[in-house]
Amino acid sequence: MIEYYLVAGLAILIAMALGVCRALLGPTVFDRILAVNLFGTKAVLLVAIFAFFSGRHDLLDISLLYSLLNFVGVIAALRLVERGKFFANNSKIEQEHLSGDQSASEDNLENKQKGNQDA
Amino acid sequence: MLEIFGFILIGIGCFLGLVGAFGLVRLPDMYARLHAVGVTDTLCSFLILSGLACHADSVNVIAKLILIFLFLVFTSPVSSYALANNAWRWGLIHNQKIHISNFKLDKEKK
Repeated sequence: MIEYYLVAGLAILIAMALGVCRALLGPTVFDRILAVNLFGTKAVLLVAIFAFFSGRHDLLDISLLYSLLNFVGVIAALRLVERGKFFANNSKIEQEHLSGDQSASEDNLENKQKGNQDA
Repeated sequence: MLEIFGFILIGIGCFLGLVGAFGLVRLPDMYARLHAVGVTDTLCSFLILSGLACHADSVNVIAKLILIFLFLVFTSPVSSYALANNAWRWGLIHNQKIHISNFKLDKEKK
């Protein structure tokens, strides 16, 4: 029966590998943060499955710790991008979007201003 | 019997995780990727952890699994929401034209 744990661990490892692909390819910094979030959640599940596979249930504590650390890491990275305005300016595709869809962004701005006036 | 049920739950959870990861690679837009990952992630972790809880032999282990699930179920939607909120406020725009055209139609109706 213990081979099924191996299969589940392999499936989670494949999911983590796809997440690493997106983190390396991702056009914006938000894609990378999303991929890191998925990687952290899958790492928690992988450690939990490995605890049952090896029969050492102490490893569940490490999984518990990692789930907290993952959340704090994602929020800290988002605050860094928001406050410092780094990392988010160098993407070619984003600039194409911004230049190609000027009218759409102006529409958004108008709507936001209308919302502010209503408020 | 309970072991087989646990393995079925773990299998469905791994399938959901793979679907989310494929969506993360294949979908065209950041918001679409966020949808693929944020929807499947919580259910995947719930299924895998409950499948492991079916195999547990002591109350300690089940309590730890429930704690892990509680942390994940509180933090995963919050981080998805924070990511989408930051991307929207930074000015990231949808890649697909259909959203913008629908938006304009709604505006003309008003």
